[in-house]
Amino acid sequence: MSIEISNLDFSYGTKQVLRNLNLSINPAETLTILGPNGSGKTTFLSLVAGLLAPSGGSIVYDGKPFKAMSLRKMAQLVGYVPQILMPAFDYSVLDYVVTGCAPQIGSLGRPRQKHYDTALEAIQLLGIEHLTEKSYRQISGGERQQVSIARVLAQSPTYILMDEPTSHLDYGNQIRVLKTIKQLKEKGFGVVFTTHNPDQALLIEGKTAIIDRQGNLVFGDSSEMIDEEYLSELFGTQMRIARIEKKGRKVCYAASLNNEETEEAERVEEAELAEEAEMAEEAERVEEVELVEEMGADI
Amino acid sequence: MLERKKYIRIVIGLGVTLGVLIVAALCMGRFSMNPSDVMEVFTAKLSGGTPDESMETIVFKIRLPRVLAAVLIGAALSLSGTAYQSTFRNPLISPDLLGVSSGASLGAALAILLGGSLQITQGFAFVGGIIAVLLATSMPKLLRNSSNMTLVLSGIIVTGFMDALIGVIKLLSREQDQLASIVFWQMGSLSHVNTAQLLSILAPILVCLVVLFVLSWRLNILSFGEQEAQTVGINVTLLRGIIIVCASLLTASAVSVSGTIRWIGLIIPHFGRLICGSDNTKLIPTAALLGGAFMLVIDTLARTMTSIEIPLSILSGLVGAPLFAWLLFRQKAKVL
Repeated sequence: MSIEISNLDFSYGTKQVLRNLNLSINPAETLTILGPNGSGKTTFLSLVAGLLAPSGGSIVYDGKPFKAMSLRKMAQLVGYVPQILMPAFDYSVLDYVVTGCAPQIGSLGRPRQKHYDTALEAIQLLGIEHLTEKSYRQISGGERQQVSIARVLAQSPTYILMDEPTSHLDYGNQIRVLKTIKQLKEKGFGVVFTTHNPDQALLIEGKTAIIDRQGNLVFGDSSEMIDEEYLSELFGTQMRIARIEKKGRKVCYAASLNNEETEEAERVEEAELAEEAEMAEEAERVEEVELVEEMGADI
Repeated sequence: MLERKKYIRIVIGLGVTLGVLIVAALCMGRFSMNPSDVMEVFTAKLSGGTPDESMETIVFKIRLPRVLAAVLIGAALSLSGTAYQSTFRNPLISPDLLGVSSGASLGAALAILLGGSLQITQGFAFVGGIIAVLLATSMPKLLRNSSNMTLVLSGIIVTGFMDALIGVIKLLSREQDQLASIVFWQMGSLSHVNTAQLLSILAPILVCLVVLFVLSWRLNILSFGEQEAQTVGINVTLLRGIIIVCASLLTASAVSVSGTIRWIGLIIPHFGRLICGSDNTKLIPTAALLGGAFMLVIDTLARTMTSIEIPLSILSGLVGAPLFAWLLFRQKAKVL
């Protein structure tokens, strides 16, 4: 069952942040949210998490609008991984992860053995057993991100939202988080995450939504959404998309740190080079075919 | 995670210590007694016999209410501090910093100026404390800034204002009797505690203790942050409301009897965390026992060290301030 978002508006006071958003979020699919700083990515996530109420339009799941859902029901549908925060007090990783079980525990209750088992399972799934008894304040940022994801797994919602899960992480940890997101998708979770890096959308595939500075949203398959011209305008810097044949995937990157005129010249040159390369490739392919044919003839 | 066995050992250890301290405190005073005498009075009273009359008066009429009040008030202040710190995710917060103590003093001073009875003074102190904490906690909301520092600053603002108002009341009061009462009240003392007063705060303190204990696991989640709590299905406004009301009731109840006693609500939660960690399900019982024991020691010293009573805020400051400095040093000021 999808989350259907239609004509969604949101304003902070008189400042309209999101305008007329329309999209649907599906289970077993990733949705990458891209946008410049201050475009309302986090606001959008907060709306889907039920932390904020829309100023207009609706978010509906299974025919039921979010505002009509109880907090507990909401927590069973949508889990939220906030940006890495340093908690004020020290807890063990296990004590933190088990709080994900709160929707299954009565208002006056405490976690029992079965909830600790659920938490341990989530910790195992992410392969961070060695952190179980460690102090949450003393592990690294990358580890804390994995622990937060374990917590949301213990919560076991249908959808998982993550607010900039790769920010503040080194490159290796960024890729680790993306791998985890992919695994979650394969397990059937619908995963929505915000990022500043458009290449992540290409890497993870799935769907992408882009929110611009005016708060408008465009939405579609990642491979179509990551468009040189659009992204260059969005980020105010020349972006390039290239295909790495060896890996069979596209990459998105900033063209260079030069100003725009040199950019354009480079762009033309690169296009020519690409064309040449293509021709050379074509020639090679023809040669190969000929070679094969020759060999075939020999046999 | 603290092992259950170790935690149970801590609680039993603290409970036994508190028991020993209570017996010791009952023995100590101008008329000193042996523990066996105290036990005799107790067993005689319980079995319906006739204990030594003067001993009975000292134990049951004078010392026991005061000893129990000290334990109860110490526990209440410590619990209040623990709850405030967890719900505001701010280890620097305490009932005094939030202005509760000043508000209660203002209420009491006003009642003294108006010539109210002990009960009325207690009631006014209670209301003053609640008003102060409401002011202090709503200020960061108005400023739309929920950082640790804003709440601390709001507390300082409220405290400063309340203290100024107390100054006004002092100016207006009669020098011979009212002024002395106000000053005495501000310094904190349990010297006049009687059974009726003890009973008047027993119910609110026990109820709040139970409520906080029952909600202690949810309080853990709240201490991770509002968003984290709400996204696991917790009604943050309701939970935080209940906890703030309980914490404020605890402090207001305590100071309405004892006058202002600073430091305990700040340092005992930190000591509790040192012993059993931050998990509120364990910290709340630990802090209550620890606070009760600490307060009992302070009050017993206050009444036995010299021939005159030493006001509690003097002793708790002399002991508490260096202790807090030591704690900060130990934690390398990580709380900031």
